[in-house]
Amino acid sequence: MNMLEIRNLHARVEGKDILKGIDLTIRAGEVHAIMGPNGSGKSTLSNVLAGREDYEITEGRVTFEGKDLLALPPETRACEGVFLSFQYPVEIPGVSNMVFLKAAINARRKHQGLPEIEAVDFLAWVKDRVKKMHMDIKVLQRGVNEGFSGGEKKRNEILQMLLLEPRLMILDETDSGLDIDALKIVAEGINTMRSPERATLLVTHYQRLLDYVKPDFVHVLAGGRIVKSGGPELAQELEARGYGWLDAA
Amino acid sequence: MSTPAQNIQDLVRKGEYRAGFVTDVAADTVPPGLSEDTIRFISAKKNEPQWLLDWRLKAFARFQKMTEPVWAHLHYPPIDLQSISYYSQPKSMKDGPKSLDEVDPQLLETYKKLGIPLKEQEMLAGVAVDVVFDSVSVATTFKQKLKDAGVIFCPISEAVREYPELVQKYLGSVVPQGDNYYAALNSAVFTDGSFVYIPKGVRCPMELSTYFRINERNTGQFERTLIIADEGSHVSYLEGCTAPQRDENQLHAAVVELVALDDAQIKYSTVQNWYPGDENGKGGIYNFVTKRGDCRGKRSKISWTQVETGSAITWKYPSCILRGDDSVGEFYSVAVTHHRQQADTGTKMIHIGRNTRSTIVSKGISAGHGQQSYRGLVRVQQSAENARNHTQCDSLLIGDACGAHTFPYTEVRNPTAHLEHEATTSKIGEDQLFYCLSRGISAEDAVSMIVNGFCKQVFKELPMEFAVEAQKLLSVTLEGAVG
Repeated sequence: MNMLEIRNLHARVEGKDILKGIDLTIRAGEVHAIMGPNGSGKSTLSNVLAGREDYEITEGRVTFEGKDLLALPPETRACEGVFLSFQYPVEIPGVSNMVFLKAAINARRKHQGLPEIEAVDFLAWVKDRVKKMHMDIKVLQRGVNEGFSGGEKKRNEILQMLLLEPRLMILDETDSGLDIDALKIVAEGINTMRSPERATLLVTHYQRLLDYVKPDFVHVLAGGRIVKSGGPELAQELEARGYGWLDAA
Repeated sequence: MSTPAQNIQDLVRKGEYRAGFVTDVAADTVPPGLSEDTIRFISAKKNEPQWLLDWRLKAFARFQKMTEPVWAHLHYPPIDLQSISYYSQPKSMKDGPKSLDEVDPQLLETYKKLGIPLKEQEMLAGVAVDVVFDSVSVATTFKQKLKDAGVIFCPISEAVREYPELVQKYLGSVVPQGDNYYAALNSAVFTDGSFVYIPKGVRCPMELSTYFRINERNTGQFERTLIIADEGSHVSYLEGCTAPQRDENQLHAAVVELVALDDAQIKYSTVQNWYPGDENGKGGIYNFVTKRGDCRGKRSKISWTQVETGSAITWKYPSCILRGDDSVGEFYSVAVTHHRQQADTGTKMIHIGRNTRSTIVSKGISAGHGQQSYRGLVRVQQSAENARNHTQCDSLLIGDACGAHTFPYTEVRNPTAHLEHEATTSKIGEDQLFYCLSRGISAEDAVSMIVNGFCKQVFKELPMEFAVEAQKLLSVTLEGAVG
C-alpha cells in the first residue's frame, strides 16, 4: 500500500503560488530525496505536509495511509506518525527537553489509547537514545533548543525522531550547518530508523547527506514542480552539473 | 481559513473564571457611604479601643485632603467611593466562632469549592490558614500549635484586643497613614486581615496562609495585614484571593506591612485571582494595594513572590526598604493580563543600609486586549555603600491586540552602587506553537508549557503547594492562549 500519495498539490503563501502541481508517491520502506535550488518550494512542501497554517492549499490532495492528510490538524498528523525535522528548530526557553519529550510521547500514546508512559521506562528509553545521538545527558535538563548550537539543534531533532518513532520522516535541510562528524551522527540516527514499515523524505539542497543516507529515489523540484525523477545516480549528476542544465532539458 | 493570530485569540478566550460563584449567606452589610460615621461604625463593630478609632479618624482627615493618583498606565472610570459599602459580615458570624466546628457549614462549603477545605487542611497539609470573608475573619486553623511555638497568627481585629502594644507599635510604621490615597483610605476603613508575630529566634513551624474572599455585592474589601519577624526568626506566608463573578466593579484596597528585625527573614507569597471581569471588560475587582516590607534589622531579608492572574485593574508595587546593613530584598512576579485586564505593577527597592542587595525578576504576560506595565524604582541613598541591584523584566505577548510597557526608574546617590537591568519582550510565536503541534502536543498544552517555561524563574520561588496551584491557575487563565 502507498504510505503517502501527493496528487496535483498546489499551495500558496502570502498570495504567491509556490507549489504548482506536485505528484509524488512514497511506499513504506522507501527513502526519497527531494533536491532543488533555493526557492524551488522544498521547504514549503515539508511544511505543508506537517500542517503549517501559513500555507494555503489551493488545489490537489494528499493521503497518508489512506487518510486525507490535509484535513487533519498538525498535532493529529504528528500523532498519526508524520514527523518533520525542522530546518530551523525554535527555542522554547524554560521548558526542559525532558518535559517536552515526555509531553510529545504522551500526546501520541493518548492518541493511540495508551496510558501515559511510566517515568522509569521513559527515563531509561530517553537515556539510551541520547547516547545513540552522542549527546550529553544534561541536554535533557536544558530548555528546548535553548542556547543550542546549530548542530546541537539538528541532533536534538533526530533525538526526538528516535523517541517518537514516526511512520513518515520528513527531514528538511537536516544536513545544513553540520560539520562532518555531526553529519555522520545525524545520518546514523536516520539510518537506524529505516525499516520496511517506515518511509523517509529527505529534503536537501546538497548531495552530501545522500552519501550517508542512501535514497531509493531522487526527485528534482524546480519552480514548484517535480521536473525530474530518478535513482541515486541523479543526485550525483546534480552534484556534478548543478541545477542549471535542468532548465535546458 | 482562519489566521494563526486568530486561533491564538480563540484559544485564549476559552479560559473561564472558576471561582466566580456566590455564596448565598445572610449578611449584615452597612449601607453604602463613606464618612466619619462609617468609620465610627466599623470601629464600634469591632469593639476597638479609642486609640485605634483616633488613628482611623486621623487617616480619614488625611485622606480627605488627597486626590486619586493618575500617573499609572491604567484607564478606568472614576470610582464612586460613596456607592461602596464598607462593612459586611455573614450573619452567622455575629458572635464569632470559637473553633472550626462552629463555623457556618455554608462558609466551609464555599472554601471547599475554592479548593481550600479548611477541615481537611487542618488534618493533612502543614499549612495554617486564616480565612477572611468580606470584612471579617471566619476561621484560623492550627492556632494552638502555633501558640505553643510562641507564634501569634490571628485576625488583626483580635490582635488589636489581645496584643495592643504590638499592634500599636508597628501599625502604620511601614506604610504611614498618609502614604498614598489608597493606603490612607485603607487606614481609615480597614476591616480585617491577618496579624503575625514571630518571636526572637523562632522558625515558624508551618506555612502561614490567609485566604481572602469577597462575597457580598457592592462591598469593598479593605484588609490590613501586619507581619513582624523578631530577631533571627523565619516565616513563610501565603496569601490567596478570589471573588464572585459580578457585572459591577468592586474595590479592594489592602495594605500589607512587613517588619524584619536583625537576621529575620520573611517570605511573602501571593496568588491573586480576584474576578478579572468578562471578556468585554465588564465587572471585575479593582485591586489597589500597598505592600511594603521594612528590612529594619541587620542581615534581614524580605522576599515578595506574586502570581497575579485576576482583577480588572491591578495597581500594586510590593516594595522593600533596605534599612539594615547587609539586608536583602527580593521581588519575583508573574502577572497575567487577559481580555480587558490592566495591570500596572512592579516594585520599589530603597537601599539605605550598607551592602544591601536587591533582586527583581518580573514576568509579564499579556493576552487578548490585556495591557500591562512594569513600573519599578531602584533608589540607592547616599548612606548605602556597596548597594547591588539586579533587575530583569521580561514580557510575553500572546496575540496582536495586547500591550506590554516598562517604566524603570533609578535614583543613585552613591557611586559605589552596582545596578544591572535586563529587559526582553517576546511573542509566543507561531514558530514555537507549530513546533509543539508538530510533535503531537495540543495547542492548549503547548501554550501552558511555553508560558510556564517563561515563568519558571518565579515559580521556583513559591512554596511547593503554591507553585502547583499557580501553574494550574496560569493554564486556566490562558486556556488556549496560543492556537
